[in-house]
Amino acid sequence: MSYVYYPGCSAKGTGRSYEESLRAVFGALGTGLDELEDWNCCGASGYPAVDAGRAAALSARNLVLAEGLRPGPGPVEVLAPCAGCYRALLKTGRALADGGAVAARVGGALGAAGLVYEGRARARHPLDVLVNDIGLDRVAEAAVRPLGGLRVACYYGCLLVRPDAAFDDRRAPTSMERLLAAAGADPVDWPLRTRCCGGSCYCGGPLVGGLPDAALRLSYRLVKDAERRGADAIATVCPLCQFNLEVFQGRMARRFGEPVSLTVGFFTQLLGTAFGLGERALGVQRMLRWRLPEPAAAQGGAHVHA
Amino acid sequence: MGLPSLEFAPGPALGGADGVLPQFCVQCGSCSAVCPLLEFMDHSPRVLNAMLMGGRYDDVLRSRAIWVCTSCYACTVECPKQLPVTESIYALKRASMRAGVYPRRFVPPVMARQFVRFVDRRGRSSEAWVSLSLYLRTRPLQLVRYAPVALRLMRRGRLPLRPESVREPAQLRGFLDGLDVMTGEDG
Repeated sequence: MSYVYYPGCSAKGTGRSYEESLRAVFGALGTGLDELEDWNCCGASGYPAVDAGRAAALSARNLVLAEGLRPGPGPVEVLAPCAGCYRALLKTGRALADGGAVAARVGGALGAAGLVYEGRARARHPLDVLVNDIGLDRVAEAAVRPLGGLRVACYYGCLLVRPDAAFDDRRAPTSMERLLAAAGADPVDWPLRTRCCGGSCYCGGPLVGGLPDAALRLSYRLVKDAERRGADAIATVCPLCQFNLEVFQGRMARRFGEPVSLTVGFFTQLLGTAFGLGERALGVQRMLRWRLPEPAAAQGGAHVHA
Repeated sequence: MGLPSLEFAPGPALGGADGVLPQFCVQCGSCSAVCPLLEFMDHSPRVLNAMLMGGRYDDVLRSRAIWVCTSCYACTVECPKQLPVTESIYALKRASMRAGVYPRRFVPPVMARQFVRFVDRRGRSSEAWVSLSLYLRTRPLQLVRYAPVALRLMRRGRLPLRPESVREPAQLRGFLDGLDVMTGEDG
């Protein structure tokens, strides 16, 4: 089985280690990823705030290109690691399938450009694929250096599970806990795991955020609460969440007068660590802080460069 | 009877909007209770619905609250009437933008426009350039505060300055513009 890989803009920038660790983990499991050539921005949450039709057309073009990469009658699985891209592609695919106003408008423009959406391409998130396609048994098998009871706070954020969850519960998801437990982690109980991090503010680059003060307060609450619950690290499924929770910890500490220091990585980086993949292969050197307690750190395979 | 579309609602500012009026909102306040941005809004989501039902469209379109929404969909999940609250707020943003009544000197609408402009030009976003252009436009002095973080990210290869692009940006623009010509709408 191989998937069409839709990186999205952050995977080429602030979330580069998400792409690196995703490729490393899927490679270790023998699952192929073919990057969609000439992909365009999904529209994120900024474009639909200005023009819903054009936003849908942007995502539609990506789905059409993915179908072009996989001719034939079968379904085309488009792997979108960024929760924002995943939701945009999923939402557009459904709108095109339901034959409503969006489908008519976007379908017409696609036709004028000589493109057709056949309805075969659909968005999948790597968390869904790892748990439901590849399976926890194979993950556990590949975890040759299990995480040794690492206390991990699994953070889902907003768009992976809302407004609906295609593969999990939208209020109390458990996929990531089950996945990382299969790799030897000991997930903490964390009711805030689907609460907004504040970083999704229009994806102009989370560095800005439309409202830095609001974003800082929201992300501070999450990091601090995860710390209080005894987490050694937060695992994320979205480059914007990862950025927001990691990069501004210094600012959080100054603003709220409390020390804040917690490792915030991509769930694929933790999984890759359990697979014994090298730190460079997982993009760990790009993180601003990466401290996993023994034995998890010792088992990180720092000298096993891929 | 289905939910009426905003385009049939009175008020010139709403022409062409494609959201859903919260006609059947029962004012239970579930949306406000779960909204993580509530404390930063001038009107809570429940109050926005009350204002819409009371015909105060203009005040809603001028509010900061609709632009504070990060579209996390918590309200949509909890609404007992299953109203598409978040999608309605998206529609209000568009109507506010189209009518040109969004709050001036407020960053989120400027950010959305800058983002769209960049994507229209290149087909892909660039975190570095969209951020830089936004800061230059809205709060240039803040750039100094963010410079150290930006440098740390650059050293780690996380803030590339070379913007990405689709192969034929003009072709993509033509495709998107074709959408508008076809229907004669800009929403």
